[in-house]
Amino acid sequence: MTNQELKDLITGWFNDPTAVKLEFTEEGSQYLNLSIHRDYLHELMYYLKMNRNTSFDYLFCLTGVDWGKELEVVYHLESIEHRHIMVVRSKIEDRENPVIESVQDIWKTANFHECEAYDFFGIRFKNHPNLKRLFLFEEFKGFPLRKDFTDDKNMVVK
Amino acid sequence: MQTTTINNNFKSEEYFINMGPQHPATHGVLRLLLTIDGEIIKNVEPDLGYIHRSIEKMCEKDSYQQIVHLTDRMDYLSSHINNEAVCLAVENALELEIPDRVKVIRTILDELTRISSHCLWWGVMGMDVGALTSYFYGFRDREMINDIFEETCGARLTMNYNIPGGLMNDIHPNFVNRVKGFIAHFKTKIPEYNQLLTGNVIFQKRTKGVGVLSREDAISFGASGPVARGSGYSCDVRKYHPYSALDRVSFNESLHTDGDSYARYLVRIQEMWESMSIIEQLIDNIPEGDHRVATNAVIKLPKGEYYQKVETARGELGVYIISTGTKNPYRLKFRSPGLSNLSLLNHIAVGGKIGDLVASMATLDIVVPDIDR
Repeated sequence: MTNQELKDLITGWFNDPTAVKLEFTEEGSQYLNLSIHRDYLHELMYYLKMNRNTSFDYLFCLTGVDWGKELEVVYHLESIEHRHIMVVRSKIEDRENPVIESVQDIWKTANFHECEAYDFFGIRFKNHPNLKRLFLFEEFKGFPLRKDFTDDKNMVVK
Repeated sequence: MQTTTINNNFKSEEYFINMGPQHPATHGVLRLLLTIDGEIIKNVEPDLGYIHRSIEKMCEKDSYQQIVHLTDRMDYLSSHINNEAVCLAVENALELEIPDRVKVIRTILDELTRISSHCLWWGVMGMDVGALTSYFYGFRDREMINDIFEETCGARLTMNYNIPGGLMNDIHPNFVNRVKGFIAHFKTKIPEYNQLLTGNVIFQKRTKGVGVLSREDAISFGASGPVARGSGYSCDVRKYHPYSALDRVSFNESLHTDGDSYARYLVRIQEMWESMSIIEQLIDNIPEGDHRVATNAVIKLPKGEYYQKVETARGELGVYIISTGTKNPYRLKFRSPGLSNLSLLNHIAVGGKIGDLVASMATLDIVVPDIDR
């Protein structure tokens, strides 16, 4: 499907796209970007995978981004059948206690990648069966890929 | 004749053992926590991070030229391809027109890297299942490729030959002849590999039906590279998102549908043939021209996001750059093929024996620095 067809199809799934903060943009990216409120993310992801026309069955990248005021989770999706690619993103305003629904029940690969995002950004994924630090040790304080992380001992200041 | 009486009160108990982080079969510092019942595996939990160097955090402070050097240290067996991934992402963002000569040389070196990585894998694979001879065969042939790299790139393992805009230097005058010599040599060696291992009954018994992965699971676990193709899932980035000179060569994607360790083994053997065929198509017509285009000394990517996929010897490597228009990336994520491939280890190993786990791991072809980053 082309980006425009995807846009029309996905907008049609919602009665009121503005209520779920559904936004599309192609600016500054080679793929179609879709952002949605985090409360509706899991439902949307489920449809994106299960719908025969979208059938995004390959989650090839899941990562977090720290934008200063808020954190963001970015999902790169590809369809094996249709070979179209889309990026889904969802923002979390609460830096102290960021929580978002896990998608590991939809794509098994999300299991490890969500642990990684938790490890580096402190984003907690609700309904994840085994959320733990993936690379760092459990006693490690702070989340290193956040922009406000400081470590006088190990970080090189340039 | 004495009969053994079986004590009906005997109960087996699950217990847990450590495999690694210094176990030779884990190919690096990977620790596996195994829950086993007798010799049957009940659960495998990888404990990662022994070689975590926070490359992504380092990248946020580095210029794009410096980042290329860090990528060598991720999957050190595909270092040339890793370098290329970052360079392609930067070049696409800057909309640089890359000379044909660079594209062709890059692709030839990519495929040489793939052969060299598969040679090492083949040697170690044999060693893991108990055939030490293969190790020396694999390393003998890999040595020839390393010599070619040393002559042209100046290094044997961490090449750093790609830079944003092209290549560090032009190829060595001997390059073409040596590559042709290697191809002629290696064509006689793969049949030897097949004699030694592929057709070996003991080897087949160790790998056939071991660690079976279905196509649906391969997709769901985000598997890529030979692991996914052994399950009949066609995912070659070189086919679907061709980069450099891959759009001007023809090759077959090696696919097997069995999904077991033997299928993954066969995929890699076949890939070596395909890589040789790609090199042969390109080596005689390397276009003349510059080996690089000039870039600014300080590279600033326009504001936006850039994603570049390449096919390393292990699968799909993704470089995801978020730029805010400064000389450093705001966020840089490496989607490593190893992490996704490792995540399915528990799935394929449960229910098998410890010896089978070693065989499954060998065919996943894990490089731990690539996972830990």
